[in-house]
Amino acid sequence: MAEIQIKNVAKKFGAYQALSDINLTIHDQEFMVLLGASGCGKTTLLRIIAGLETATTGEVWIGGKRVDHLAPKDRGIAMVFQNYAVFPHLTVFENIGFGLRMQKLPNDEVKRRVERTATLMHIEQLLKRYSGELSGGQRQRVAVARALAMEPDVILMDEPLSNLDALLRLEMRAELKGVLAESKTTAIYVTHDQVEAMSLADRISVMHKGKIVQAASPIEVYRNPAAEFVAGFIGNPPMNFLTATPAGDGKWTVAGQVVDGPRLGASQLQFAIRPEDLGPAESGLPATAKVVEPLGAHLLVTCEVDGHSFRAVLDSDLTVKPGDRLTLAPQADRIRWFDPETTLAVA
Amino acid sequence: MSPRILPYLLILPVTLFLCLFFLYPFALVAQQAFSNGAGFTLDNFRDVVTYWKFPISLQNTLLLAAAVVPVQLALALLMATMVSRMERGRDLVLYVWTIPLGISDLAAGIIWLAIFEQSGFLNSMMTGLGLVDQPVNLLSYQNPGMVFLAIALAEIWRATAIMLVIIVAGIGLIPKEYYEAAEVFGASPWKRFLRITLPLLRPSLQTALILRVVLAFEVFAVVAALGGTLFPVLMGEIYAYQFDLQNGRAAAALALIVLAISIAFTLVILRVLRVPKGATI
Ligand SMILES: Nc1ncnc2c1ncn2[C@@H]1O[C@H](COP(=O)(O)OP(=O)(O)OP(=O)(O)O)[C@@H](O)[C@H]1O
Ligand SMILES: [Mg+2]
Repeated sequence: MAEIQIKNVAKKFGAYQALSDINLTIHDQEFMVLLGASGCGKTTLLRIIAGLETATTGEVWIGGKRVDHLAPKDRGIAMVFQNYAVFPHLTVFENIGFGLRMQKLPNDEVKRRVERTATLMHIEQLLKRYSGELSGGQRQRVAVARALAMEPDVILMDEPLSNLDALLRLEMRAELKGVLAESKTTAIYVTHDQVEAMSLADRISVMHKGKIVQAASPIEVYRNPAAEFVAGFIGNPPMNFLTATPAGDGKWTVAGQVVDGPRLGASQLQFAIRPEDLGPAESGLPATAKVVEPLGAHLLVTCEVDGHSFRAVLDSDLTVKPGDRLTLAPQADRIRWFDPETTLAVA
Repeated sequence: MSPRILPYLLILPVTLFLCLFFLYPFALVAQQAFSNGAGFTLDNFRDVVTYWKFPISLQNTLLLAAAVVPVQLALALLMATMVSRMERGRDLVLYVWTIPLGISDLAAGIIWLAIFEQSGFLNSMMTGLGLVDQPVNLLSYQNPGMVFLAIALAEIWRATAIMLVIIVAGIGLIPKEYYEAAEVFGASPWKRFLRITLPLLRPSLQTALILRVVLAFEVFAVVAALGGTLFPVLMGEIYAYQFDLQNGRAAAALALIVLAISIAFTLVILRVLRVPKGATI
């Protein structure tokens, strides 16, 4: 049982507030992905959980036990470092077996576990090499294997696959998820690759400027972003935004069109719709196509609506040329609304 | 200028300087050692090695090195570890600890003589405390252990800092992330020192040990000040051959023997502390 609870954690580096108000529970055996732009505090949060950094305020609990004062080795965790930290003076074998040696496991057990995790990471033929003789991606897989070999309750991974080619990454990602599910490990996985986040996560925590903006299942984060930042960050191409003004009685004017919306007294709202939730129709948002990019299965059309850049993913059977005038109808149940003051979603 | 020649051209002055003031005198010494005035001979070496003081001075030199260098290595590692953990005042502490480096070895010997001699601090203290009735001559032939101890102490005091600065620089080169990884994977502070610091410090340890061992074989002034003739060492014998016995050929032969010992130890240190290819930081 290894549930992780982070309560009111904040971290300051000097005057710089790197993390604030972090409250997060990661359930036992859950695969939690921390997703956010560079510098938003993902590594810092991971290091606080690992015990390599102390939080300025707040508490960290693992498996029902407060661990703030415990040394990293007493927290039942293993970690994959963003910069790998593969020991240069040890062979790949001894690197992967480092933690096992520290636990004084018998030689044959060390050998068994090292070979198993190395095979899993496709580095079994590199066991005799030193890290200076490895490529970046191979080194990264050594770092992952070293953590997996520990068979920990909790595994913390800081962008563990960032250096692999697309194909290998896809494969490793699937294997990693399988192994961790099988070993009932609680995992926290940092990435800024949203496809990776979507495909791996039980839940995604989206971080922005040292705060967790939303922690929910991938589909929830995608469908119902809690804030404008999440809406713009997740999804490729990102969500479209347009300014809406009240037309009374729960109706809002967007680009000259009247759309059903929330019954609110606000003087302005942000109307948001995903590019794939738009379709050509008789009536809808008037758009002028600017760039047309065929993506095989779809057609990505970047157009102008109400003076704003606006993207639509359309059926590839349609023939659209730059300069064409389109009428794009948003799918009513997929429209989302955000308060421009707080940038948060409104129901 | 061709880029192929330029590097050689740039090191030319240094090379010339070294040839003129190092290789040439060295060749002269070697020539002296192997000649009897008329032609080639090994007699000088035979004479030097069979002289009754050779075994004892060789033994003393090696014994002193064996006693002093490990203690210095341990001390330097301890001090370097402490210094590199300090956040503030680190430079100040380093400066203070390296002060003995700025003192010549003869002066260091004299300082320690002032402590150990019959009218020295140690005797004053012992009589003051009533431990002895009257000052005793600590550094006499009746106290060979005491003489050795005084010399060893003076050497440790004087020359630990040279290892310290090399090791501090070496520790500074080890990235922090390796310690963090080791910590996460269960290594205690002592294990981190053994399994991370020491192996990653091998290049610095090589330099420090070679420098220190070679210097230990050249020990002279400290011994002269504290032990005089009570504790013969190889360098003292070279001095005696050259200036007391006016036998330059024997002095040259003995100097070459010391050189050979130094080279042998250097090779051993290089071999033992070598870093495999691909295993550098
Ligand atoms: N030791 C430190 N001292 C001062 N500031 C720091 C320190 N470590 C991190 N920071 C700052 O805290 C912020 C968050 O850093 P962090 O490494 O957690 O980002 P990240 O989300 O992991 O980014 P990336 O995706 O680029 O790895 C950054 O602005 C960084 O400059
Ligand atoms: Mg990071």
